[in-house]
Amino acid sequence: MSARDDVLSRIRSALGPDRSVPPEAVRDYRLTDDRPLDVLLDVLVDRVEDYRATVARCGQDQVRTTVQRLLTETLGEHDPADVVVAPGLPAPWRPEGSTEDDDRPAVELAARAAAVTGVAVAIAETGTLVLDGSPTSGRRALSLLPDCLVCVVTADQVVGNVPEALARLDPLRPLTMVSGPSATSDIELERVEGVHGPRTLLVVLVAPATD
Amino acid sequence: MTAVHLGMPTLPTAPRGVGHLRGTRSFPDEARDSLRNGQLRANLGHATTTIRGKRAGVVAELPDWEQLRQAGAALKRATMARLDDHLEELERQVTARGGTVHWARDANEANEIVVRLAREAGAREVVKVKSMATQEIGLNEALEAAGIDAFETDLAELIVQLGEDKPSHILVPAIHKNRSEVREIFARTMPDVDPDLTDDPRQLAMAARAHLRERFLRATFAVSGANFAVAETGTLSVVESEGNGRMCLTLPDTLVTVMGIEKLVPTWRDLEVFLQLLPRSSTGERMNPYTSTWAGVTPGDGPQDFHLVLLDNGRTAVLADEVGREALNCIRCSACLNVCPVYERAGGHAYGSVYPGPIGAILSPQLTGVEDNASLPYASSLCGACYDVCPVAIDIPSILVHLRAEHVEAQTHPTAESTAFAALARVMSRPRLWRAAQRAAGLGRFLSRGKPVLPRLPGPAAGWTRSRDLPTPPAETFQQWWAKENGGGRS
Amino acid sequence: MKVAVFATCLVDTLTPQVGIATVRLLQRLGHEVVVPPGQSCCGQMHVNTGYRRDAVSIVANHVRAFAGSDVIVSPSGSCVASIHHQQAQVARRAGDTALAEAAQELAGRTYELSQFLVDVLGVTDVGASYPHRVTYHPTCHSLRLLRVGDRPLQLLRAVRGLDLVELPGAEQCCGFGGTFAVKNAETSTAMLTDKMAAVLSTHAEVCTAGDASCLLHIGGGLTRLTSGTRTVHLAEILASTDGARTATQVTQPAVLA
Repeated sequence: MSARDDVLSRIRSALGPDRSVPPEAVRDYRLTDDRPLDVLLDVLVDRVEDYRATVARCGQDQVRTTVQRLLTETLGEHDPADVVVAPGLPAPWRPEGSTEDDDRPAVELAARAAAVTGVAVAIAETGTLVLDGSPTSGRRALSLLPDCLVCVVTADQVVGNVPEALARLDPLRPLTMVSGPSATSDIELERVEGVHGPRTLLVVLVAPATD
Repeated sequence: MTAVHLGMPTLPTAPRGVGHLRGTRSFPDEARDSLRNGQLRANLGHATTTIRGKRAGVVAELPDWEQLRQAGAALKRATMARLDDHLEELERQVTARGGTVHWARDANEANEIVVRLAREAGAREVVKVKSMATQEIGLNEALEAAGIDAFETDLAELIVQLGEDKPSHILVPAIHKNRSEVREIFARTMPDVDPDLTDDPRQLAMAARAHLRERFLRATFAVSGANFAVAETGTLSVVESEGNGRMCLTLPDTLVTVMGIEKLVPTWRDLEVFLQLLPRSSTGERMNPYTSTWAGVTPGDGPQDFHLVLLDNGRTAVLADEVGREALNCIRCSACLNVCPVYERAGGHAYGSVYPGPIGAILSPQLTGVEDNASLPYASSLCGACYDVCPVAIDIPSILVHLRAEHVEAQTHPTAESTAFAALARVMSRPRLWRAAQRAAGLGRFLSRGKPVLPRLPGPAAGWTRSRDLPTPPAETFQQWWAKENGGGRS
Repeated sequence: MKVAVFATCLVDTLTPQVGIATVRLLQRLGHEVVVPPGQSCCGQMHVNTGYRRDAVSIVANHVRAFAGSDVIVSPSGSCVASIHHQQAQVARRAGDTALAEAAQELAGRTYELSQFLVDVLGVTDVGASYPHRVTYHPTCHSLRLLRVGDRPLQLLRAVRGLDLVELPGAEQCCGFGGTFAVKNAETSTAMLTDKMAAVLSTHAEVCTAGDASCLLHIGGGLTRLTSGTRTVHLAEILASTDGARTATQVTQPAVLA
């Protein structure tokens, strides 16, 4: 018998001929967070900052300047071409002189100063940004290897809680849920930001369109 | 009256001679040493107190924590009841998305599969994401025996590996080391380390970053575990903090994920429960820094060769026990370790298995067969703190008690203890014998020679009287007093 | 109300003053107390040590002893928890459905002392007087299996003259755990040491709790240290009045004076 058939047959034997079917899970936890958007945006900012990431809020036509300002504050004087952007990042968001990610070997990204990406969803309650491998989010290595990551989040991408976020996501895509910069608490439970992932996380939160 | 024959099938447990599920000494013997290690006691006390506080804070933030907890428990129970169907579905979905699924009856088979895949890929070194399953099966030793270097990349695992030590906690494997001990290990074992390295945790973390960075960038072969696998979509998930997991899951050409068969959930939606329960219970954060999910192979993004190894290694034997199977619902958060007064004092090594603490005390003996870890079910005062914090409501104290009975009932010959308990049961179920026995207990007064406490006693009672007084039994029992008060003639 | 007292095997044999205090307290509150003579043990020690088969006959005896009692009160959170959570299960596993049902039913009529006073009788001020500095240790089974919550504290706060001080790390186990204290004596002692340090840090004269077993453990450690802090069961404090109190209130409870 193959290992596969053996394991499956063990399971059937363990569960017995008349296996009892336990009751279905009751989903009486909160499925949505119905607070107004402006409240959710405040919660998101609060939670992301709690992870010691930097958040800047801006209007729809100020994304590029905000991204550039944050990069300058973090990197100081830098070569604009050393900033790599996701291939699907909207042109008006891109810092001047930045490089678009292409199919170069992923490890080459390690030498770059910063990456700028969009996100698929942001979760207010947990301060989480979800990147989904789309052209806007970029491939996984892009948000991993450069030491500084800038994520641009638009207001319509913000949901209240985890159930709302998962409902919006495609489980077949490679997803990365980012909650603050890379961190460890492995030494005496003392939190240190920045281990192997980007040591700096900068978030630009774009205000909703005004009617 | 006849005993119910539950007809539990006997299924193979985890084999001996491979992996890290069995200690060499009993829990009391191991604990005797670790309890005398003041440094260990101080480290553990500080660490568990810190994380208990963090967990309590973020759990209190959610008004629906109990509902999430009950949903998590129900989802896990329902999953186990149809584990075969869900595994077959997972296999179909992973295969359909370009992955290859392997099945391993036990640790030896799983190790053979990973070694073979590494050889086929021509890999001389392997980077590893912290994974309980690969520790359980002793994969690093198997790779080493095959001439392949395995590098642990989680900071705590790295500390343990460089220190030639053993992990002592599920989440924070080096919880037993303090900062100066970590500094000493790094200074001694890292080739290019800054000689001025201090014991500041930030500096130590940066030294680990520098040590591993080059290795990540040149890695071609990675091994991970999985926190969850979604049967309906073939999606796998790793929950982590440092980014070492992302490095391993993203940069190499080949990724092999070794996963216990109990780690799956039926639907994508089910993760909405577990991704709330796990981080808050585990690190005490609203969300851990990084959660990665992937389904098979994504062209142009991440490893283009993906293998999933589904591991039994005694899990089906656990599943066969209707009481004990709840232990399979564990999501490895380690909240039970952090609240356990026994773990906090004896430390993780005393459990002799990669699974320490309360969950280890019910999981290890079931995976190996209770006789191979017979002291573990007794390594608890049954205080119940573990059950209260368990995010999937595993009734650990009840399973501990159940496993104690399994151990007792596995004995083929009477022991001194079993003879004593049987005699006591006979006495306690016959009121006249009971009263006679109480009078005999009153004879203990002779031992005390008029003092309020008994002298230090020999035999099993010695453990008690070494550090605690035992009061001299009173001249009159409560029932004697009552009989006298109420004019009864009973003595 | 006619109340049957289940003393527990330990109180009956080693600390009768706790049973006597329970009787006196309930009588003072105007209830008729009976002590069914067939009682011995709830079976918990057997079950928790792995002798669930041997426990069946003990459970059967317990059910027999209290068959005629409408309301049963016991000064032990741990034993009441065993009656509530273990007895029926042990009988069911042994295939004795009738015993399991009887045990289940009996559990519904069995109360831990503080729950009985606060929930059934609706009293928190039992008219006690106890002018001492006291700290309360919530025993694990009272706390987590029975969920007695702050009922003992409500009762203690109403005691005249009693100076109640909070116990740091109160919810940590004292390390007793039945046979755990023997099979893992060192770990148990380590837990006891920390509990005693917490108790002593309060400078209380008295450490109280709802379980004589845990108090025997903590008290056994405290007398070994010659600490001067003694352990007194909650029932003994609640039974104490101005008219019935000794000068020392050591192990002899006021009700015997």
